[in-house]
Amino acid sequence: MMMNRRSFLGTTAALAGTLAAPAVLGQARPRAVVIGGGAGGATAARYIANDSDGMIDVTLIEPTRHYYTCFFSNLYLGGFRTIESLGHSYGTLAADYGINVVHDWATGIDRDARTVALAGGGSVPYDRLIVSPGIDFKEGAVPGWSTAAQNRMPHAYKAGSQTELLRAQLENMREGGTFAMVAPPNPYRCPPGPYERVSMVAHYLSQNNPTARILILDPKESFSKQALFEDGWARHYPGMIERIGPDFGGGNVEVRPDSMEVVVDGQVEAVDVCNVIPAMQAGSILQDAALTESDWATVMPATMQSVMDENIHVLGDSARQGAMPKSGFAANSQAKVAAMAVRHALTDSRLFPARFSNTCWSLITTDDGIKVGATYQAGEDRIEAVDTFVSQLGESDEVRAETYRESLGWYDSITSDMFG
Amino acid sequence: MLRRILLPILATLAGAPVALAQEGDAERGAVLFRQCNSCHVAEPDGPSRTGPNLYGVVGRAAGTLEGVRYSPAIREAGEGGLIWTVETLDGFLQDPRGYIPGSRMSFRGLPDLQDRMDVIAYLTGDAPVVHSSDLGRLSPEIFTIEGDVEYGEYLSSECVACHSASGSDEGIPVITGIDPEAFILALHDYRDGHREHQVMTTVTARLTDEEIASLAAYFAMLEE
Repeated sequence: MMMNRRSFLGTTAALAGTLAAPAVLGQARPRAVVIGGGAGGATAARYIANDSDGMIDVTLIEPTRHYYTCFFSNLYLGGFRTIESLGHSYGTLAADYGINVVHDWATGIDRDARTVALAGGGSVPYDRLIVSPGIDFKEGAVPGWSTAAQNRMPHAYKAGSQTELLRAQLENMREGGTFAMVAPPNPYRCPPGPYERVSMVAHYLSQNNPTARILILDPKESFSKQALFEDGWARHYPGMIERIGPDFGGGNVEVRPDSMEVVVDGQVEAVDVCNVIPAMQAGSILQDAALTESDWATVMPATMQSVMDENIHVLGDSARQGAMPKSGFAANSQAKVAAMAVRHALTDSRLFPARFSNTCWSLITTDDGIKVGATYQAGEDRIEAVDTFVSQLGESDEVRAETYRESLGWYDSITSDMFG
Repeated sequence: MLRRILLPILATLAGAPVALAQEGDAERGAVLFRQCNSCHVAEPDGPSRTGPNLYGVVGRAAGTLEGVRYSPAIREAGEGGLIWTVETLDGFLQDPRGYIPGSRMSFRGLPDLQDRMDVIAYLTGDAPVVHSSDLGRLSPEIFTIEGDVEYGEYLSSECVACHSASGSDEGIPVITGIDPEAFILALHDYRDGHREHQVMTTVTARLTDEEIASLAAYFAMLEE
């Protein structure tokens, strides 16, 4: 396919750029720098590098060498995936797309000088910056919990060692024990995520510890795909799952990691595993660079540019963009629009109308998949939904199995869309 | 016997419509059809086995032969207006379960375009060749709209989030190897309600005829 021609050109031009471009062209290539190598950042870097035919110098700053996708990490908890199958490296982006992949922490953005500071020292100059750092947790959001307690009460909401820890705790839970989840308030990463996780934990427990129970403490009145999840839980895991909503104290929860207790509206309850998913906010680098207002970085819908700084685009979970959920699919979709806008700004390539889409698949049990999704467009000052769809109650087993197979195909496609 | 089936490819490379022809070899198709024999015959008045008798299938609405236990998915596709033509058979034979999710046909598909054309030539026999564009559902002009390849490339970025650009068809069909006419027909069929799929119906709802032509032109170029 064309990719080979392009990546060949990209690499060649990258070499020329490093060695001789300033002398030959009289001017260095414009520089796009991307902070964060997840669904938003990796996609944006790849699309800018691939589509600009080497005309733009692309740097991707990402601290980890192996990225574990948050999407599908619940399937690992349920035993449907290995942790290895969720890991991806940046080798192809560097080798085949000519992207400078820098494995370091971006510690700050100097918006006046247009540079990104690195933890390892030095800084990286940019003409356009794309920031896609994912989420951070709000300290103090769940009384009694802090990141210092995350080894006793894992969040497992950034995939990797936290996810493995939660799985290990699940495996070691005493017979008939209680798995508690403190669910997050809106808005948060992956709206169906906590409830798919409950489904996967229930799947594991129903096979390995069938007298165990699951307690969800939820500050929200309702949640994504609620009717579909609750129908699935009643069919597959009768009596195992109890959800306490805000009417019964689900919004008034304190945790005690040392004694493994949760306090719900003043009632103390001992639990065996406690998955705390606190309230979230934009990645701290955005907070530090004064690009956020009340927790999130507001962006312009047609380009994903920060309303605070036109040289900076913010993607994915950290962005306040309007109607799209915070999901890997959404970040990947936004990245393509931002990549087009960055290329237009730096090389005067064509500008097309912003088109976005999203689908979130969730697995309830073996071969029982559900989905929700929509198409989106840029409105005046926010992204707006165009058309939406959601799985229906009472669908046949065949349709549900097909939906799950679809999600497997999607995983393979989106990860190759991100990492090449 | 070399039965000639034209599969017009209306790619608009460099602005000029290019028509390519793909010939189907019915004799070779008969040999290829042996792998279908455990479930299908293709004889006049032949019996339907696990799957329907495929004699006369070209031009027939999907899921409508009497006395066959079709999957609900095939039956619904026929009720939705799916007619077996060179293009729709081409799409189905390439990836049966991707083309009609819920189909019970356990055949993995024929990845090679020539193989598919040969089988379709065999199934057509002496009957008239039926192209989707012959059905009158879409005006012929739809297939001659000049696509904007660069716009198509941008629009395609929405497709490849789910449809692998690298040719894996696990769970979701490959769309890089479908000929432009079949591609255009499929997107119009989703948009106009002749084919049903939650995601595809939603995604195509906002596509204009020109945008569909642009996508087809881009994906056709990828094959080169």
